[in-house]
Amino acid sequence: MDAVNATARPASTAFAWSGKQKLALLALLAYTVYVIAQIDLSPARLLSGLHQGARFLSRMFPPDVGKMDVLWEGIRETLQIAVLATVGGVALSLPVGLMAARNMVPHWLCAGARGLIAVCRAVHPVITAIMFVKAVGFGPLAGILALTVATVGFVGKLFADAIEEISHKQIEAVRATGASFGNVVLFGVLPQVMSRFVGFATYQLDSNLRNSTMVGIVGAGGIGGALFSAFLRFEYSFVCTILATVIAIIVVGELVVNATRKALDV
Amino acid sequence: MNTTASAGSLHIQGLVKEYRPGVPVLKSIDLKIDGTGLTSIIGPSGTGKSTLIRCINRLVDPTAGAIWLDVGGQRLDMARLQGAALRHSRRHIGMVFQEYNLVERLTVMENLLTGRLGYLSAWKAWRRKFAPEDFERAYQLLDVVGLGSFANQRADALSGGQRQRVGIARALMQQPALLLADEPTSSLDPKTSVEIIQLLGDQGRERGIPVIVNIHDVELARRYSDRIVGMTGGHVVYDGPPAGLTDDHLQTIYGGQAWMQ
Amino acid sequence: MSESLALASAAAPRRWQRFTLTQRLLRYGVWLLIVWAVVQSVRTIEVIPEFLYDAPEQMGDMLTRMWPVDWSHYPAVVHAALMETLHMATLGTVLALVLAVPLALLVAGNITHNRALNLAARVVLVASRSVNSLVWALLFVAIFGPGPLAGMFAIAFRSVGFVGKLLGEAIEQTPRGPIEALQAAGASTAAQVWYGYWPHIKPAFWSVVLLRWDINVRESGVLGLVGAGGIGVALDTALNLFQWTQVAVILIAVFAIVVLAEVVVTQVRKRVL
Repeated sequence: MDAVNATARPASTAFAWSGKQKLALLALLAYTVYVIAQIDLSPARLLSGLHQGARFLSRMFPPDVGKMDVLWEGIRETLQIAVLATVGGVALSLPVGLMAARNMVPHWLCAGARGLIAVCRAVHPVITAIMFVKAVGFGPLAGILALTVATVGFVGKLFADAIEEISHKQIEAVRATGASFGNVVLFGVLPQVMSRFVGFATYQLDSNLRNSTMVGIVGAGGIGGALFSAFLRFEYSFVCTILATVIAIIVVGELVVNATRKALDV
Repeated sequence: MNTTASAGSLHIQGLVKEYRPGVPVLKSIDLKIDGTGLTSIIGPSGTGKSTLIRCINRLVDPTAGAIWLDVGGQRLDMARLQGAALRHSRRHIGMVFQEYNLVERLTVMENLLTGRLGYLSAWKAWRRKFAPEDFERAYQLLDVVGLGSFANQRADALSGGQRQRVGIARALMQQPALLLADEPTSSLDPKTSVEIIQLLGDQGRERGIPVIVNIHDVELARRYSDRIVGMTGGHVVYDGPPAGLTDDHLQTIYGGQAWMQ
Repeated sequence: MSESLALASAAAPRRWQRFTLTQRLLRYGVWLLIVWAVVQSVRTIEVIPEFLYDAPEQMGDMLTRMWPVDWSHYPAVVHAALMETLHMATLGTVLALVLAVPLALLVAGNITHNRALNLAARVVLVASRSVNSLVWALLFVAIFGPGPLAGMFAIAFRSVGFVGKLLGEAIEQTPRGPIEALQAAGASTAAQVWYGYWPHIKPAFWSVVLLRWDINVRESGVLGLVGAGGIGVALDTALNLFQWTQVAVILIAVFAIVVLAEVVVTQVRKRVL
């Protein structure tokens, strides 16, 4: 009897969306309509925007290659900011991340480190850049400090999470040989997370390269300053040059880093 | 073959362990283990075999009782040691684990060298500046356990039996006065289990140190141990040679009869 | 046995090397490169010592000017701006999803076999990621004029690269087994995607979407600094007018909304993942 009932269920209920899922989709659609009205996204506006966009693109090409020294100066400063912020930030996030891992340190230390990381992450690098500009003046130092803070927040959190996920058994064995805490970290913890840590660090280098192009907009050094003033002066062809250079550097950087990691097997 | 400085002797007095207050897993264990030879601890799951072994090198902290370890002319109460003294004493106790517990991303050689970490500062260890004798001993041990050509293989590329051999070699790198093994054969097939137990027994005899093994395969324990300690309900209920282990004893330890036929 | 071993060890002491020669050279090379980059950067960076010395004093000055916090500014200006920021972030994320899913399908080698299409999609995704959301905002303010519309497009166009790349990677890691089973049963590509790939990438999908939304809430907060709507406009105004007490309430509001977004994301993750 039960067998008959089981086969009588209609096939159309397979893969059907539950009531909750349908409701969620409806809510999302309603919200979208509401927001579109709020931000004044009308077909007319979109059309005029497309128009403007086309005009814009035509003014960006061909890219202006007459200001290479300004470009080079800005790019050099951007690279400096990215390198120093990444190296400094990564170096700091090793101990901070270790201290924020629940399975490694006493509870109070872990809570403190996690709090520090949360604060570093919560504030946008541009805002920290504004504050550092106020503190140490215009120029690349403010940018470096702002991005170091952002690096510690990002890499520190991921590193701490990675440490919390490692296998305890491997650590237990190292402890059982009488190794000191430092040795346990070196031989038990680091081998398990080193590969991921390098991944985070290289991702952050990439991210800092991108972010260092924008802290200049608030005066913290780098190509962002030149970019912003080009915008204000409607020199869109120069803007195109700058953007193309930035994209090229980032792409090349990614390729180089990936190849190096493969060769070093990290 | 270099023997250890001196064989350790273990004297456990009144050991009690409660994971939850008022619910003791180990209920006052008294045990004396010295000389050489393989001692097997048998008993049903949850009776505290693993807890007992782990209390000896303080991977688990006992609630009460004393664990006297005689090593190098010193008498140490493992239950009471803290900090640096505890770490120094752990050098003398080698441990082999059920799931091998090798550092998977390191090579076999580096895993063996972790056995010497108790003797090296972190700075030297980072730069892998172990003493030359350590490397030599490591190669010898690899030959002894039959993995001579595996020195530069990554640990996660090995089979279970091979990993356990590396685990044993790592424990022996410490030149321990006492060798512990927490269910070393539970994750291995029957043939490999026999090889591992034999290896443990042979190494113990050759180095003149006691070997304490936690095991749930009674037949294996019977065939290869020199002494059997049977536990049930947190007490020791049998302590003697394998020959003296009768079916009645087994029934007391494990309960039930069907599994014995 | 011990004798023969002793003989063997005396004859040829075995040395152990952690890395092969090539690896060692490479590692040393990378180390040198990093050191050189740092030294170069430190040497040529322009730091004005006077600014550095009075930095603590400046920070202290800024903090004193921020107190007492001007709470009345919140209902007046900040609340509406915060809501606008949220709308920008959410709609921008949704739009990014709409754009990123087809791109992810194009960039995944196991769905699209045309190498040229893969490359083209990858280029689009990289370009989207490489340009900062602030720069996108500048572009869209020039196109659409100031306001949250520009901000929304900036968020969307920036997020496409992030979401598309991660989704593409998730698709490429889908195991072949279920897909082959569907192919064997005669399913179309669309059916394979919906019934074979989608169930597997669902957790990654939600995880990526939630993560990006969280990041976008943060990003939307600053886009107003270049005129693209949201709380950044209020911040820019307050900064230009040196109204530090208002700056303080804005910073607090931004912090609060970021924390709120994180809480929401954690809760949703618990339920969905």
